[in-house]
Amino acid sequence: MSSHHFDLFGLDVSFDIDNKALSDRYRELQRTVHPDKYANASEKERLLAMQKTTHINEAYQTLKNPHDRARYLLYLQGIEINDKAMIMDSDFLMKQMALHEELADIKHIDSLNAFLSRIEKQITHLIDTLSQQFSQKNYQQASETVRQFQFFTRLHETALSLEEELI
Amino acid sequence: MALLQITEPGKTAAPHYHNLAAGIDLGTTNSLVATVRSGLAETLPDIKGHHLLPSIVHYVKNETPQIGTAAKQYAHTDPLNTIASVKRLMGRGLKDIKTIGTRLPYDFVEKEGQGMPMIRTVAGELSPVQISAEILKNLKQRAEDSLGGALTGVVITVPAYFDDAQRQATKDAAILAGLKVLRLLNEPTAAAVAYGLDQGAEGIHVIYDLGGGTFDISILRLQRGVFEVLATAGNSALGGDDFDRVIAQWMMQEANIANDAQQSHIRELMDIARTAKETLSTQDTASLNIQLADGLQWHGTLNREQLNTLIDPLIQKTMMPCRRTLRDAGLTLDDINEVVMVGGSTRMPRVREKVGDFFKRTPHVNIDPDKVVAIGAAIQADILAGNKPDGEMLLLDVIPLSLGIETMGGLVEKIIPRNTTIPVARAQDFTTFKDGQIAMTIHIMQGERELVLDCRSLTRFELRGIPPMVAGAARIRVTYQVDADGLLSVSAKEEISGIHSDIIVKPSYGLQDNDIEQMLKDSLKYAKEDVITRNLREQQVEADRVINALRAAITTDGHHLLKHQEFVTINIKLDELLRIKESKDAKSIKKAIEQLDEVTQDFAARRMDYSIRQAMQGRSVDEFSEN
Repeated sequence: MSSHHFDLFGLDVSFDIDNKALSDRYRELQRTVHPDKYANASEKERLLAMQKTTHINEAYQTLKNPHDRARYLLYLQGIEINDKAMIMDSDFLMKQMALHEELADIKHIDSLNAFLSRIEKQITHLIDTLSQQFSQKNYQQASETVRQFQFFTRLHETALSLEEELI
Repeated sequence: MALLQITEPGKTAAPHYHNLAAGIDLGTTNSLVATVRSGLAETLPDIKGHHLLPSIVHYVKNETPQIGTAAKQYAHTDPLNTIASVKRLMGRGLKDIKTIGTRLPYDFVEKEGQGMPMIRTVAGELSPVQISAEILKNLKQRAEDSLGGALTGVVITVPAYFDDAQRQATKDAAILAGLKVLRLLNEPTAAAVAYGLDQGAEGIHVIYDLGGGTFDISILRLQRGVFEVLATAGNSALGGDDFDRVIAQWMMQEANIANDAQQSHIRELMDIARTAKETLSTQDTASLNIQLADGLQWHGTLNREQLNTLIDPLIQKTMMPCRRTLRDAGLTLDDINEVVMVGGSTRMPRVREKVGDFFKRTPHVNIDPDKVVAIGAAIQADILAGNKPDGEMLLLDVIPLSLGIETMGGLVEKIIPRNTTIPVARAQDFTTFKDGQIAMTIHIMQGERELVLDCRSLTRFELRGIPPMVAGAARIRVTYQVDADGLLSVSAKEEISGIHSDIIVKPSYGLQDNDIEQMLKDSLKYAKEDVITRNLREQQVEADRVINALRAAITTDGHHLLKHQEFVTINIKLDELLRIKESKDAKSIKKAIEQLDEVTQDFAARRMDYSIRQAMQGRSVDEFSEN
């Protein structure tokens, strides 16, 4: 089996992908190798089925999620993004801090919802930006965008966990 | 008298080989067993015609315990030896049980350093796993009597929100009951299978499953036989029992019964509460008559409005998980096609009303909420046992809770986030903290919170023999693998030296393998069949399974994926196994199976790759013809 995620699903290497084709092909692949199809096979075969399915799941998750897909595309270009690396853009850092302060002050569910939809809008915008940067093969800028994406994803998660406290 | 069956001309009557398989719903309040016969999935009754087996075990000194209805009658007279709702204790420590906020009326053994709670009974100190095994044995017997043969395997359902410890405990109970577990299946997924296949449903479906002791919510996408779980959430300590408890507490207040009333009294009050709750599902008021053994009497009534006030806070607790699954699945209310109600507690009108309000549509309540889970499990068991080789159905499930690892400062680093499709493997690299550090503790956590204190500790193990290096120089790769049952195994490897350590996660509250072995031996003392016969039979069943699977594989793929010489080698080993299978020696059969496995390994790998290629080619043709 190919280790290349795009190959596995018969897709072109690109940031813009056909989500329906991806999920249809994912399900077709699962039908052939899922451990349930090998429940009666020997132990080694079952192990093999689990490994293949694990690989298909991993590939699917990576391609389905825009952030992970962008990271994977950069990885294919030889660019690895370190989780702990700091964003050097000071404008972005200032904005980041301001957003965190704003979130810390939110006491009401309505303001939280407004905050969440703003973050979601930002994320949509970042996806558009990535699409452009990848089509222009502008990998250095794309990796900066991925870092920002990462920040917004985390902020979104933090905001969601606050939701459970406010309700 | 049973009628003789005649099949349609041209269709095979008895398939060449039919494996007896069953689905088991091991519930908090009731348990069921179901199977697929002549293409129809149905629950199996006991000799008296009852399908539901109350999940109650009554222990008697030096005798086989009584199970179900036979045990239920002792709940008041012999409460300490009559164990009900044992599912709530599975995979939990004594501390957890106390924090559930439930005063369980049993005599717990408090022991230092012992994770697993043991209950003192006339039959000795027993673990929840052993008690659950008794219920499973009873259902196994029922199925084998009814099907007229030994079961080759079972699918057992667990709440989707069960963590690794609770799943492992359930699997241990099955092993102890002498069952081969084909799969642990999440209850809402099982319900979706039964419902989806029955209704021919497609699209996005919500399964709201409120049982006797657990609550699950799952959102699935049903598409051409594939049941894909998008997200799941729940509460593994919330159910009908808690509704009964608030009613009982209210009665105690009204009747001036002290909080530290005798355990037998509490049991009785719980029963009265349950009856009243059930009455109020169809009527507006329920009369309450308390007449305790110590002479205390009280009469009163409870109406629907009062009941609603009592239970609303509990129903409200199910709404947050509903909201979270929608979020996790990335969906809004408009995306939902149907909400399906499962579990006995969804019979309550107030629950239906509140769920309807939340999802802004009337929930689907036309299926029997008690039986649907067992039926779904039976359908899956039938497939896994190999009775439907060309079946279209496939279940893609997720892990309900994030899996992580303890890092510096008592923090948890998530390795696999919740709602990731299983099977899944993820690796993360760690390094040493001190110069010359030669060992590292891997502490495996499950839960969503950031602090170790707020998550569940599954187990810890040590990676030893790291070569001394300066702090931060070692590269330790920790890999988490979750299998299709949702069970975790972890391995750790120091990449520079290659020092390696593997562990199948046996949660701190679980049983060790040798505990199970000992319990098996103990239980067999009372069983009729002895260990040798049992082993032999198991190996013969296994041999048949392997032989049939291999023959099928050779028929479909042998001609193009096997070279002549390989074909000959495999046939020699196959004949050997056929011959040895008839002997009375379990060990030689096992060895012959392993040898056959060895020579067919390459063939198996080739078949899998071939089927992947086929799937992708088939895909192109499909897409082409659709356009």
